[in-house]
Amino acid sequence: MTRVLEVANLRVSFPGAGRSRFYPVDGVSFSLERGEMLALVGESGCGKSLTSLALLQLIPPPGRIESGSVIRLGETDVLALKGEALRRIRGRRIGMIFQDPMTSLNPVFTVGAQIVEGIRAHFKMPSAEARQKALQLLQEVGIPDPVERLKAYPHQLSGGMRQRVMIAIALAAEPEILVADEPTTALDVTVQAQILEVLDSLRARRGMAVLLITHDLGIVAGRADRVAVMYAGQIVEEATTSRLFANPSHPYTQGLFASVPRITGPLKRLNPIRGSVPAPAAWPTGCRFRPRCPQAFDRSEIEPPLIPVEPEHRMRCWLAEEGRGTGDRGPGTRAPV
Amino acid sequence: MTAILEALRTAWRNPRGRTGALLLLIVAIAALIGPWLLPDPLAQPDILAGGRPPGLGHPFGTDQLSRDVLARVVTGARISLGVSVLAVALSVTLGAAVGIVSGYWGGAIDAALMRLVDGALAIPRLFILLLVLAVWERVPVLALTLMIGATGWFATSRLVRGEVLRIREEAYVQAAQALGARRRRIIFRHLLPNALGPLLVAATLGVGDVILLEAGLSFLGLGIQPPTPSWGGMILDSREVMVSAPWAGIFPGLAIVITVLSANLFGDALRDAVDPRSA
Repeated sequence: MTRVLEVANLRVSFPGAGRSRFYPVDGVSFSLERGEMLALVGESGCGKSLTSLALLQLIPPPGRIESGSVIRLGETDVLALKGEALRRIRGRRIGMIFQDPMTSLNPVFTVGAQIVEGIRAHFKMPSAEARQKALQLLQEVGIPDPVERLKAYPHQLSGGMRQRVMIAIALAAEPEILVADEPTTALDVTVQAQILEVLDSLRARRGMAVLLITHDLGIVAGRADRVAVMYAGQIVEEATTSRLFANPSHPYTQGLFASVPRITGPLKRLNPIRGSVPAPAAWPTGCRFRPRCPQAFDRSEIEPPLIPVEPEHRMRCWLAEEGRGTGDRGPGTRAPV
Repeated sequence: MTAILEALRTAWRNPRGRTGALLLLIVAIAALIGPWLLPDPLAQPDILAGGRPPGLGHPFGTDQLSRDVLARVVTGARISLGVSVLAVALSVTLGAAVGIVSGYWGGAIDAALMRLVDGALAIPRLFILLLVLAVWERVPVLALTLMIGATGWFATSRLVRGEVLRIREEAYVQAAQALGARRRRIIFRHLLPNALGPLLVAATLGVGDVILLEAGLSFLGLGIQPPTPSWGGMILDSREVMVSAPWAGIFPGLAIVITVLSANLFGDALRDAVDPRSA
């Protein structure tokens, strides 16, 4: 196993009221091995998208990455890069695709021109050769009739086709890591499956590591190797996918599972998590899930670290030490595997 | 580029837009080839019998110096259109450059440039030009053109800055950045082409404005200098014969009205095509 990405203690801050700063991403650590798929799961506002943008120093000002954060791509210290050196790793080492394929393509240029642009941002190549490569990329992401599609404008393609084109553009510079930020959220369910299929096959064929950012536990199951659940700017639970689905341990993760409707078993009322995600400017003290947690207890007033639950499974909850982490979780919390 | 072609096509389908475009086209063609077919606009063949009414040989009549009015109107079209197209090209280029710098870099540069523009917009353009022209007698046509162009970009720079601020936040610009596009590419492939529509509208409407401005300056005797024919200058000359030979002033006046009107008609249609909300 080669480690292609290492993120440690990542903190992203924005200016708040007065001279204070708040931290939408607050101490996130994870790593990616070659060919591995890690799913970063969480609600809107938990900091998962900012985490992905930070990987390439794309945090929009006045936000910034705090010192002490570590982002390593193999041997490269990303946070030490700037200017041209930084541009060279964007797209080349990490490719990115975004949520909305409708707006991620420039409306005034053909699909072919945009893929060629992605290739030539990183490789010196005559344009005929680049076009040839663009054609291969379109084939690789499963676009029928690629010769014709190269000449198409974005508005002439369906959402699913556009997302395939986005993937082709992200692949143009042959990155070793693909970051997919909610790649299927804007798509029909049937198209979702196809796009995820494309990501899977690329991973298998190219040995590319994938960081899949999503709020949808359903697309994680049976696809990702590992899952990290984010809440309020932190990773609260992290495990291999099978262990997490077999034994969701953090009360927040359990809440997520409980709010997914099940198609088997007796009909039950859904158990949504009470309340909503706190604002980044006002993360609760102690355990950040405490105000919404049905299992909060006295130790929750102290902020917990990531504590092992079982091998390859850690969570940010004191229950792991109380030996209650895998205990009674109430009805409807079994994972929909 | 298709977006621009599409906008032009939509403007053409609009009756007002088509009228404007056709009239502009007629004026432009006349300005291009007319001077070869018509008499010398400077010739004074019969200086004692000037001010002839329209008729055979002189469809628009002759002025008090017996010069052919049609020939002068057509040559004046060449000057007017030439000056305004060149001046607008200059001011659109300047405006786009300043607008992109301001909108893309932001911060202190943006603040400085935009305060400068605020200040410049507070002074009427005619004032600045009059000030210079009052000192500079017999100004060459090229110098006049450059001055008009150099004082016309302020509003355009604001327009482009606004577009850039909007486009900069579009997902495709962020995607391009995330995939390692160079700054030059982001500016010329993403920002500029997507701001081209409003820029084209501003340019078309600007042509009408500049024709009026040049005619006004020439009418005051400060713009195009005689004997070079210009519409404003012809109206100025015709004041003395307003009653005895009104055609010497009516035809250049009509030329101004028709040209400016058609530029505005086409510009409006183009605006509707680029931004349907303003229709």
